Amino acid sequence: MARIVGIDLGTTNSLIAYMDGPTPRAIAGRTGRGMVPSVVALTDNGLIVGDPAKEHLVRNPERTIYSVKRFMGKGLADVEEELKYFPYKLQEQGGVIRIQIGEKAYSPPQISAMILKELKRRAEEHLGEEIRKAVITVPAYFNDSQRQATKDAGMIAGLEVLRIINEPTAASLAYGLQKKTQGTIAVYDLGGGTFDISILKLKDGIFEVLSTNGNTHLGGDDFDRKVANLLLREIRERSGLDLEQYPDQMQVLRLEAEQTKIRLSDELKVTVAIDLPIGQGTFRREVTRDQLEALTMDLVEQTLAPCRLAIKDAGLQPAQIDEVILVGGSTRMPLVQRRVQELFGKLPHSELNPDEVVALGAAVQADILSGGTQDMLLLDVTPLSLGIETMGGVMSPLIRRNTTIPTSAKEMFTTYVDGQTSVDIHILQGDRELAKDNRSLARFQLKVPPLPAGVPRVEVQFLIDANGILNVTAKDVRTGQTQSLEVKPSYGLTDEEVERMISESFKFAAEDLKARQVIEARTEAEAIIKATEKALGLGGHLIDAEETAAIRGSLAALETARGSEDHRTIRARIADVEKVTHHLAEVLMDTSLKEALQNKKLSELP
Amino acid sequence: MDQAQKTSGKRTELQMARSMCWHCQSEVTGEYFCEQCIKVQPLSKELDYFTCLGLPRLLNIDINTLEAKFYALSRAFHPDFYQNKTESEQTISLENSALLNTAYRTLKDPIQRAEYLLKLEAGSAKDIRTSPPADLFEEILALQEDLEEYRSAQAGQNQVGLEQLRARLTVDRETLEQRQREMETRLFELFTTWDSLQSRQSQTEQAGRHLRQGKDAVLKEMRELLSNRTYLRNIVNDLIATTA
Repeated sequence: MARIVGIDLGTTNSLIAYMDGPTPRAIAGRTGRGMVPSVVALTDNGLIVGDPAKEHLVRNPERTIYSVKRFMGKGLADVEEELKYFPYKLQEQGGVIRIQIGEKAYSPPQISAMILKELKRRAEEHLGEEIRKAVITVPAYFNDSQRQATKDAGMIAGLEVLRIINEPTAASLAYGLQKKTQGTIAVYDLGGGTFDISILKLKDGIFEVLSTNGNTHLGGDDFDRKVANLLLREIRERSGLDLEQYPDQMQVLRLEAEQTKIRLSDELKVTVAIDLPIGQGTFRREVTRDQLEALTMDLVEQTLAPCRLAIKDAGLQPAQIDEVILVGGSTRMPLVQRRVQELFGKLPHSELNPDEVVALGAAVQADILSGGTQDMLLLDVTPLSLGIETMGGVMSPLIRRNTTIPTSAKEMFTTYVDGQTSVDIHILQGDRELAKDNRSLARFQLKVPPLPAGVPRVEVQFLIDANGILNVTAKDVRTGQTQSLEVKPSYGLTDEEVERMISESFKFAAEDLKARQVIEARTEAEAIIKATEKALGLGGHLIDAEETAAIRGSLAALETARGSEDHRTIRARIADVEKVTHHLAEVLMDTSLKEALQNKKLSELP
Repeated sequence: MDQAQKTSGKRTELQMARSMCWHCQSEVTGEYFCEQCIKVQPLSKELDYFTCLGLPRLLNIDINTLEAKFYALSRAFHPDFYQNKTESEQTISLENSALLNTAYRTLKDPIQRAEYLLKLEAGSAKDIRTSPPADLFEEILALQEDLEEYRSAQAGQNQVGLEQLRARLTVDRETLEQRQREMETRLFELFTTWDSLQSRQSQTEQAGRHLRQGKDAVLKEMRELLSNRTYLRNIVNDLIATTA
C-alpha cells in the first residue's frame, strides 16, 4: 500500500510527517526547518510558499496571504470584524470568501492547496517517492463546512485525503504512542488561530474522546493584535503617525508584535524598535511580561469556559483528569500555562514539541489507516449538534454534540399539502434553540411522489462519518428506492467548483514546473558563462585562435539564449558551450597537474 | 413444558445467523464475520442494542463489561481498519460502527437504557407529559405562584422583593430536585425487580401468565416514573434558566 503522510495544516505554520518504522518523524526542508510558514505570496515571477513568502509580507502585503485557515468554510459576514487586519482584499462569491490578488480571485481552499503542495513536494523530495494520500488535521471544533473546505484543499493539491482528524486527538495519539499514557487526559490546544480542548480516555490502545469544545477564532493571531494595537496607538500619540495608512508598516508592526510576544515567554522584558516611515525616526518602547499578560488576560480567560464545559460534558470533575497536555505554539506563554494549571489543579505536560506533536499524531493515524499500527484506535466525537430547521424556525437536533462518530440519525418526512412534490430541508449545526442562531450547513430539496398529504414517506439518513463530515441519503419507504440528493452547501464550494480548481491546479502545476525549470536553467547558464570566462583568462594562451573563437561564439549564443522562456533552448546552448570547452578544460587540468607536480617532490605524491 | 424455552432459544439463534454472506453466499455461522471468506457482515437493522453488545436484556449493567465489549466491537468494525478493503466492506463498516456507537451511548446511560428497554418491551417510547403528575401537584402549584411573583418583581425592579423570591425559588428547586432523586431511587429498585423477573423461568402456563403480569406492572411503573422525571427535570431546568 502506498505511503500515507500526516499533515498539520496550521494557521501560522504547517508541517508534514511520516512513519519511519514505529516512529513518527517530521520532514525538514532544505534549510533544516521543519515548519513551513502558512504564507503564500503571488509575485510577478510566480507563486512562493513558506519562508521565502514570509519575506514578501512587508514587501508585498497586498499579494501575500497569511492565516488563510481563518477563512476556511466561512462567508464574508463571519469575518467582518477582522477585515481591517488583513492587507489583502476579500470578497464573497456563492457563500465562499474569495481573496482578490490582481486580476484573479482565490478561494481559501485554493490558497491552502498551495501550502499543501509545498509540503507534498518536500515529502516527495525527502522520501524519493510520489505522495498521493494524506491524513490532514483540523481543529476539533471545526464545523462541517470548515472540514469540507480542508478536504477540498487536499483534493486541489492532488492529494487523496483519507481522513480528516482533530488536532488535539492527533496530539494524544503521538503522546499515547511515545509516552504510553493511560487514564483520562485533557488536551489543551492553543494554536495560531484556533483553540480546542478535548477530554479523552486512554485505555488498552483505545483513544476514546469523551468531549470536545473550543473556539475556531481564537489563537496566537489575536494575542499579536493586542500588542500591535497598543503599539499602533502609542505611535499615533507620540508622532501623530497613523500606520494603518501603510499596509507594509502594519505587517512590520504585526511581525514585531509576534516576536515581542514570543520573546516574552523567556524574558521578562524586551525592547521594541520600529523604524517609522517618512523620516519619523525609530519608535522604541520597553514591553514587560506583566504588561503582555495584562493585555492578553481576557483572551486566556476565553479559553477557560470551553474547558469547563468540556469537563462537564465528559461527566467529570477537574480533579478526575489525570494528565493535561499542552499543544500549539501559544501554550509556550507562561500565562497560559499558569491558568491551565490553576483550572485543572495539576502541572500540564509539554514534553513533546508543541509545534510538531499534531503532525506526528497525523502520521500515526496515517499508519493506522495503512494497516501498520493495529493496536491503536481513535474514537472521536462530533463537536457540534446537528439538526434540521422545523416549523417556526426552530432547530430540531438529530445528533447531539460529543456523540461518538461515525454516527447516524434517521428522520421520516412527509407532505402537508395534497400533490406536493418536494420538501425543503435545511441542515444546521450548533446548540442554539432557534435555527437562525445556528450555523447553516446546507439545504436540499427532497423529491416526493404527488400523493395526498401525509401519504408519502421519505426516510432521510444523516450520517456523520469518521471525518466528522455529514453525508445525507434519502429513501422512499413505500417504493424502497433511494434518491440521489443535491445538497447545496451554505458555505462551501460546489463539486463543480472543486473539479475546476483541481484542473486549474494541474494547469498551474505545469506552468509552475516550467517556470522553475527556466529559472534553474538560467542559473546554470550564468554559472557556466562565469566559469568559462575564468578558464579563458587562465588558459587562453594554451589554445589556438580558432578554438578561442569557437568558445567565444558559443558563449555569445548562450548569452542570447539565457533570456529565452524555454528551458530547452537554454539547455541546448549550455551543452554547446560544454562541448567546445572540453579541450580547454583538459588542457587546464593537465597544466595545473604539471604545476602541482613541479612544485612537489615525488615522495610527497600520494 | 419445555416449549416456551425452546422457542425463545430459537429466536436468539435466528437473530445471530443472518442467513447468507453478502459476499460468498455461504451460510454465515460466525458472529460478525463470514467464516468462509472472512468478510465483515452487516449488523441486522432489527438488531436490538442489547443483542448488538452481546448483553442479556437486563437493566443493571456492569459498565466495565459494557465498555470492554464496546471497545472489542469497535476494533472489529471501525472504518480505520477498512481503508484497504472494498467499497462494500467500507460501507458495512461505517453502518455497523454507527449502530454500535448508538447502542453503546444508549445503554451506557441508565435513564436512556430504561427508556430503550421500555420501547423494546412495551412497544412505545415514553409518554410526554404536559400537566403535572398528581402527587406533584401541590409543589408545582406553589412554584408557579412564586415564579409569577418573581417575574412581576423583575418587571417592577423591586430588588428587595427579588432577593426574597429568589431564596424561595431556591427552596422550591431543592424540593423538586429531592423528588427527582427519590424517583431515581425507585427507578433503580425497579431495575433490580425487572432483572430478577427476567431471569425467572416459568414452569407452567399459569406461572407464565403471572410472570408476564409482573413484568408489565414493572414496565408500567417505570414508564410513569420516567415521564414524571422528564417533566420535573424540564421544570427545574427552566427554573435555573429563569433565575440565572
